[in-house]
Amino acid sequence: MNQISTLERIIRGVLIALVLVFFLFPIFWILLMSFQNNDQILRIPPSLFFEPTLQNYLALLTGRLETTAGNLDIAFMRNLGNSLLLSTCSVLLSLALGVPAAYAFARYKFRLGENIAFTLLSFRFAPPLLVLLPLSLFFKHLHLTDTYIGLIWVYQLICLPLILWIVRGYFEDISPDIEHAYRISGHGWWKTFRKIAIPLARPGIAAAGLLAFIFAWNNFIFALILASASKQPVTVGALAFVTASGIQYGQIAAAIVLSVTPTLLLALYAQRYLVEGLSLGAVKG
Amino acid sequence: MTSLELRNISKGFKSGKVLEDISLSVKAGEIVVVFGPSGTGKTVLLRMIAGVHYPDTGSIAIDGEDVTDASPEARGVGMAFQNFALFPHFSTFENIASPLEARETPPAKLKEQVGAIARMLKIDHVLGHAPRELSNGQKQRTALARALVAQPKVLLLDDPLRNVDAKLRYEMRLELPRLLRTFNAAVIYVTQDYKEAMALGDHIAVLRNGRIEQWAAPGDVYREPISVDVARLFGDPTINLLPCKLEINGTGSVTLLGRRAPVSGAYAYAAGRDLIAGLRPEHVVVTETAAPDAIPFDLDAVMPVNVRSVLYLRGPKGEELLATVGETEAAKFGRGHRKVWVRFAPSDLLLFDAASGQRIAPQVH
Repeated sequence: MNQISTLERIIRGVLIALVLVFFLFPIFWILLMSFQNNDQILRIPPSLFFEPTLQNYLALLTGRLETTAGNLDIAFMRNLGNSLLLSTCSVLLSLALGVPAAYAFARYKFRLGENIAFTLLSFRFAPPLLVLLPLSLFFKHLHLTDTYIGLIWVYQLICLPLILWIVRGYFEDISPDIEHAYRISGHGWWKTFRKIAIPLARPGIAAAGLLAFIFAWNNFIFALILASASKQPVTVGALAFVTASGIQYGQIAAAIVLSVTPTLLLALYAQRYLVEGLSLGAVKG
Repeated sequence: MTSLELRNISKGFKSGKVLEDISLSVKAGEIVVVFGPSGTGKTVLLRMIAGVHYPDTGSIAIDGEDVTDASPEARGVGMAFQNFALFPHFSTFENIASPLEARETPPAKLKEQVGAIARMLKIDHVLGHAPRELSNGQKQRTALARALVAQPKVLLLDDPLRNVDAKLRYEMRLELPRLLRTFNAAVIYVTQDYKEAMALGDHIAVLRNGRIEQWAAPGDVYREPISVDVARLFGDPTINLLPCKLEINGTGSVTLLGRRAPVSGAYAYAAGRDLIAGLRPEHVVVTETAAPDAIPFDLDAVMPVNVRSVLYLRGPKGEELLATVGETEAAKFGRGHRKVWVRFAPSDLLLFDAASGQRIAPQVH
């Protein structure tokens, strides 16, 4: 019995290690690459031992890319700032619109309710290219091309359905009796929404917000078409490293490390909420 | 003074009518038990009084004021839910305090009132705990304290003892009437346990199929149930129901279990109709020896239930009969399977119309 469980433990450990290596090695390799220059990266065979250099990060921070063919200005830090601004504003707007909507869909049955909810979800099915052509024409007409507001608006296609559907599920899990009890105690519906529904759905709202942020952050195609260099996020900005004199692997790696960091930190922070699980046993059964 | 008045309330959902033409009035300090099997709309009725649902027709008045269309927070009722419905992210103290907080009670007074009700319900030592740390009994008391703390004029209790253990349920049955009287509220208490209904109610409204089938004092529902269905719901073990026919030759008699039993001439008006005779198990007399008017039965099993035992009897034509006897008497029968003799007093019979199920009451001219 004991032998089997020891064997089991070893096998399990090996399998977990394999999975971790499979998923984490690329990230680890990118981290190493970000401290190497192009020659070190491209040598054969590759080696784990090298003299680290901060050149890549320096180039990104100063915005000057020095290549054999000459110097090139890049707007990476600006792109990073754009990403942060666009994703944050999009998620905040989506939360402001999506959480009350999710509550309405969870609590009230109204005409065409399910159809509206499904239509919102269907935005996630449609390939972005399908809407991009008409959108770019509209945007030109409305003078929204190359504006933050225009991009944040389009990003709602990504964030809103996600938040709506995740948070709706959490609201549906809260026993309506808890809200009824609060109303009967003498509190209005708005206070009940703020003091009961929102706090109890907080893990769901945190999870949905985080996911929406990551999706918005990783979006490429909307900003590529609808914005110019000064408004573009990192995902589009990274294209600048493919230069006439070659591909700057070192800078790309450093740029990836820098652009992954905010979402990684956010995920680590929000993990607390994600696992908290608020089924606190106040309702029996 | 009538504190709560329901007039001709009807309510239906998509699945069909739930309540039809319910009228009910409760005075301050009175406990009305709404009793009925599950699915008869008891909870819907409470929720309409609380303002969570709205009636299709009819009106609700609290303290003389029409609140039919008022929102729940404007009614000032207290309600304890069957599933407790405590706020999981609030402490016990905050849970109990929430009605006072809504009434903008000053903090010092709020603390004092919460403390007082918590002491009364013996939960003052867990005020700092979160609901998930409480036992079921403590959760139930917290829910009760929350309903009572603001001294509402109308108190709605939705089967509050359903989810607590037997010992606590028994204690609370003794304790609740006294507690509720000190608050002088109009209380509506919903339950599907007839013992609870009889222990707590000043009046009982028996709800069946969306209507109030009988409205009476607890003892009267038991002694004079208005129909076979009410008779069946009230009593454990359930009442024995036997088909019979009423004949009038000079005096009245019913033929029951192959014997003639004389009944009062006051039943004469129901002569010739198919009837059902109801006989409470405690009115069945079981003996080991034959007697002139006794009917031979087979005793199939004896089931001890606390102080009394339930006897399962089978008659000459396979009629089934339940009887209850005292514990010492039951000991004589051993574990059952033997011949016994059964008698009953005809005056203990309850007669019902076989077709409608309605009670045939003796009619005195």
